[in-house]
Amino acid sequence: MTTARTRFTAPQRLLHWLMAICILSMLFIGVGMVSTVTPKYLTLVQIHKPLGIAILVLVLIRLTLRLIYGAPALPAGLPEPIKLAAHLSQVILYALMIAMPIIGWAMLSAAAYPVVLFGGVHLPPILPVNPGLHTLLWHAHYYLAFAFFAVILMHVAAILFHKLVRNDGVFETMAPVLTHDRSE
Amino acid sequence: MDQSPLIPKPFRLGPFVVIAAVVGIAAVAFAYTAGWLSPHRLTPKKLVAGLAPPGGPALGHRRNHAKGICFTGTLNANGDGSTLSKAQVFVRGQYPVVGRFNLATADPNAADAMVRVRGLGISITTPDGQEWRSAMIDAPIFPASTPKDFYGLLTASASKDPDAMKEFIAGHPGFLTFLGWAKSAPWTSSYAEERYNSLDSFLFVDQSGAKHPIRWSLIPAAQPVPIAPGDLAKRGPDYLEQEITQRVSASPQRWTLVITVANPGDPTADPNKAWPADRRTINAGTLIVQQIEPERDGPCRDINFDPTVLPSGITTSDDPFPAARSAAYSRSYNSRTAESSYYPRTDAGAKQ
Repeated sequence: MTTARTRFTAPQRLLHWLMAICILSMLFIGVGMVSTVTPKYLTLVQIHKPLGIAILVLVLIRLTLRLIYGAPALPAGLPEPIKLAAHLSQVILYALMIAMPIIGWAMLSAAAYPVVLFGGVHLPPILPVNPGLHTLLWHAHYYLAFAFFAVILMHVAAILFHKLVRNDGVFETMAPVLTHDRSE
Repeated sequence: MDQSPLIPKPFRLGPFVVIAAVVGIAAVAFAYTAGWLSPHRLTPKKLVAGLAPPGGPALGHRRNHAKGICFTGTLNANGDGSTLSKAQVFVRGQYPVVGRFNLATADPNAADAMVRVRGLGISITTPDGQEWRSAMIDAPIFPASTPKDFYGLLTASASKDPDAMKEFIAGHPGFLTFLGWAKSAPWTSSYAEERYNSLDSFLFVDQSGAKHPIRWSLIPAAQPVPIAPGDLAKRGPDYLEQEITQRVSASPQRWTLVITVANPGDPTADPNKAWPADRRTINAGTLIVQQIEPERDGPCRDINFDPTVLPSGITTSDDPFPAARSAAYSRSYNSRTAESSYYPRTDAGAKQ
């Protein structure tokens, strides 16, 4: 699934950075909202739900683009374990981007909460009301959120390593603008 | 990719410091947001823990209002509420209701006569898919003005320091109004004879988008018959549940849904302050309770009567309590549903 291109296509790069903002916001909103009883709680919850669904829609579009356009090859000189880690981290990030909103939606369904997007717009429940399922999903949503943040930190550390230590062009494949004098 | 041959470079510490700094700052910001660096933040966890009796919470049960019984019925809206709110629940019609009569105690086995405050939770669904949930109590005002004060009250009442309550009252004279009600208001021997009040203020949004600050109450059709708590105690620890079961099976019980509209300047942000009695009211319909079911296998068991589950046409106001209650109820719900084995259903399998 690689391409001769040296950079991701413009729509892929746009989606990557847009989703980076959405997902980081989402994780901060998530841990923030469950830690407060102030009116901020409601505001954060009201953002959390539609933003989660927006991320689900965006990641499905992004996955489709990935299947169509592929990804630039990793540098030939990259050691095999690092290549494996790079591929695995992408699989994990895609899995979390898809799973977290669905788990959240399912968790609300199992707890008989209406899934309110905005105003009068609701999503239908995707599971029957069931306390056992709710508990399972709630724990999954909670712990996977921390795992998600940890994987993102590793992703950031890795890309900074590629840019600042190896300067091997990996950062440039997704950079919003070209940051050094390599030509495409 | 024009891969230039990688020439081994001397090790430079700088880039690794940058990487560690970026990751470190992000992790600290995350920890701060999560409240891990703010031990004084009033979290849902703290608020809910404050409700627990000294021996810890009753596992599998609501963390407050733990003793209760389910009901089903209808809300028969008369259409008059539509002048204030565009919600379908106020359009003339009949809408299904699932609710719960309860006692404001953390002990699901508390004797009825030991619990001063009674409550009613309600969930009304309308054909447009919207839902209105509310949890009301029979007190005319709430004991505290802010969630922080309420937490202070919980802490003071649980304190071993004999002066803790005195100090709380000195700093929060509003509590005396509540205490006055608690000491002087007559007790009744039936959930059906109680008036239940939203206490919190909400905003009704009408068709034109105009917002009206309101509170609501359910006023019983049954005539309240006062009873001394000592006499209620003699009827048994669970008399209220037995009584409401018999009463409703004999005939449906009714409450009028009354909406009270604030005048400009009325204290909407403080449920400890009653509004003057002359405020405009609208009778929006009738709640009819048709069937009682024990909570253990009942339809209200898995419902969190979160007062911020509102249809389009009702929103929260500047009252800080609905947000705090929503946050705390959610935590209580997550805990109790994970503890179902401590409160097993008898029809195991049917709903699992």
